[in-house]
Amino acid sequence: MKAPRESLAIVVGALALLMLATITLVILPAAQLSNPLVPEGLQPYTAQQQAGRDQYVSLGCVYCHTQQPRSPNQAPDHKRGWGRAPIPADYTFDYPHQLGTMRTGPDLMNIGARQPSETWHLMHLYQPRSVADWSNMPAYPFLFELKEAAEEGDTTVSLPGDFGPESGVIVASQKALDLVAYLIAMDRTYPTPQPGGKDAQ
Amino acid sequence: MSPMLGALLATSFLVAIVGLAGLVWSIWKDQFDDPERNAMVVFVDPETASPEEPTLPDIEALADSVNNPKRRSPETAAFMRKLDASTAPAVKGFILSSVIWLILGSVFGLIASLKMHNPDLLTEQAALTFGRVRAIHLNMVAYGWLSMAGIGVALWMLPRLLRTPLHGSNWAFSGMVVWNIGMITGCTALASGWTDGTEWLEFPWQLDGFFAVGGALAGIPLLMTLPRRQVDHLYVSVWYIVAALLWFPILFVVANFPGIHFGVEHALVNWWFAHNVLGLWFTPLALASAYYLIPKIIGRPIYSYQLSLLGFWSLALFYSQVGVHHLIGGPVPVWVVTLSIVTSVAMLIPVIAVAVNHHKTAWKHRGALKHSPVLRFIMLGAVMYTLASFQGSLHSLRTFNNLTHFTHYTVAHAHLGAYGFASFVFFGAIYFMLPRVTGKPWPKPKWISAHFWLICIGFAVYFIFLSIGGVLQGMAMLDENQAFSESVKVTMPFLLARSIGGSIMFAGHLIFGAHILALLKGEPEPDLQPQGCAQ
Repeated sequence: MKAPRESLAIVVGALALLMLATITLVILPAAQLSNPLVPEGLQPYTAQQQAGRDQYVSLGCVYCHTQQPRSPNQAPDHKRGWGRAPIPADYTFDYPHQLGTMRTGPDLMNIGARQPSETWHLMHLYQPRSVADWSNMPAYPFLFELKEAAEEGDTTVSLPGDFGPESGVIVASQKALDLVAYLIAMDRTYPTPQPGGKDAQ
Repeated sequence: MSPMLGALLATSFLVAIVGLAGLVWSIWKDQFDDPERNAMVVFVDPETASPEEPTLPDIEALADSVNNPKRRSPETAAFMRKLDASTAPAVKGFILSSVIWLILGSVFGLIASLKMHNPDLLTEQAALTFGRVRAIHLNMVAYGWLSMAGIGVALWMLPRLLRTPLHGSNWAFSGMVVWNIGMITGCTALASGWTDGTEWLEFPWQLDGFFAVGGALAGIPLLMTLPRRQVDHLYVSVWYIVAALLWFPILFVVANFPGIHFGVEHALVNWWFAHNVLGLWFTPLALASAYYLIPKIIGRPIYSYQLSLLGFWSLALFYSQVGVHHLIGGPVPVWVVTLSIVTSVAMLIPVIAVAVNHHKTAWKHRGALKHSPVLRFIMLGAVMYTLASFQGSLHSLRTFNNLTHFTHYTVAHAHLGAYGFASFVFFGAIYFMLPRVTGKPWPKPKWISAHFWLICIGFAVYFIFLSIGGVLQGMAMLDENQAFSESVKVTMPFLLARSIGGSIMFAGHLIFGAHILALLKGEPEPDLQPQGCAQ
């Protein structure tokens, strides 16, 4: 009767090979990446920035935006103002990670450095085509409120031409303000203790 | 991790591998002794291995086309009906659920696709924003459709391959209920914005227990039936099923365990899981189905049985380590990326082993394609497995990856694997097994052809245009003289074509779903023996 030996081989073999993959892809790299030298320029997120990051995660921005510029020998990302190639320590405070695998839109690793204007970001979130006519990013009107008139403390968004409402004002919600605070904080242009590169070393 | 611990881990691992090699070698030797006999385990009665095709084709013509005039005996037919019937409640539950998730998942996929070229569509509700609709689409088709269909087909194959009725099928039925609760709560969570936030692992970890428990319950019949088997040899399909049912729960629980890995490490865990869920879950379940159904339909064993076992072990070794090719050029250690590239290329070994087996067997009996609707689905699926795998090996190479990374090309590739291969195979398997499990014939055989041609045409449009669009997008992105906006504009006509292809596929799914409902509402035929085995 060969069958018991076979089932044993399948079970042991399947588990051993999965363990091998876990060791090589997860455990060993994790050991290598533990205790990174956190660059001095990298700050933990403030409460508002973290709340904005949670919005970023919740709205699924990762499906169209990466946060990992490629090195100059791979792609002209740096010439687009997306920044240097990252090192593992750049992501020290990121959970869940949002590296992304798709660039329907541009990389956002340094969006705060190249576009620090809150006004621009709010216009862009309310209606991306009000600032970039080619954009296929979804509009996020549900992050804003249409009011007859702005109240004290409201952040209003003024939009060019037909993009605004016929009457009343567009007011940014707390969620929109948080998200923009996170985007503006996306600035990893500080000096790093090691060069980033085609796969960090 | 201390070097001490690492050395201990590596040593124990080496010991395990050496022991395993010995075990495999001894089994291998037996394979060479009598591979022909082992390959015939597919047939309950090898003496009368006859073509089987329950979608009511012209069975005489099918038998002629493969030059196989044998007919199984009434005793064999009655025994197989008993085996099939033992799986009925669980299999019906899993398959009906999977098809509902397929149709819902297609709706969400289509909405996501339309939004790509029509970004102001349905923007008023947060639940319908692109980032949520896309996640719901992926989770519905991956965990609702493919996973539940795969489990359903596996539960149905087991008694036939172990030659004993399925024991503990009630456990699987309750597993189906629990899994569906996970699906419903999980998708509702994603719509409301509650997500774990990493691709393929979006369902909140607090709800993942439903899948762990549901999957474990669905695995109980395997554990109960395996010891009662009436065969000497476990057919290669059983190898894939046992391994897949072991791998998935481990992967799913480990990858979803919250708060262990942060930053780049989290990305590594993410892609270790996300590619393994394809390679160690959907692929083995779909390969198990193809390895069973191709010989079954034509009534002849597969081309080379030894090769099938080589394919199994090399798949387990190589496929499990390819995941980090999703992070080529990213901020991860270079050696991990290289390892994943090497194993991605090494995937050619299991892929060629499977390809030779499937294509050689079917090509020899290609006349059967004219007469068997099920074989058309399975064979096209098997061809797309070969293509998707070659494509995967190719674009894991750094040069090619540089062009296609971050583009729609990858999305097209993912669909070639998950749809072209796995879904096509499961469509075929469902057409084969539902008449057997329910005792009811397919009421509208022409709808099967309609479904087949709609998804063939729809998917061809989808895949070809999206791949071209992705390459153009990649070329624009690599060209420093073009603004980023050019890489968006260039894809627009191709994204529109993808929506058209997707709509045609969706129409096929609706026919498929309607046909299943019509079958379930129909009357059972007490002597449903489509291959005329009573003769």
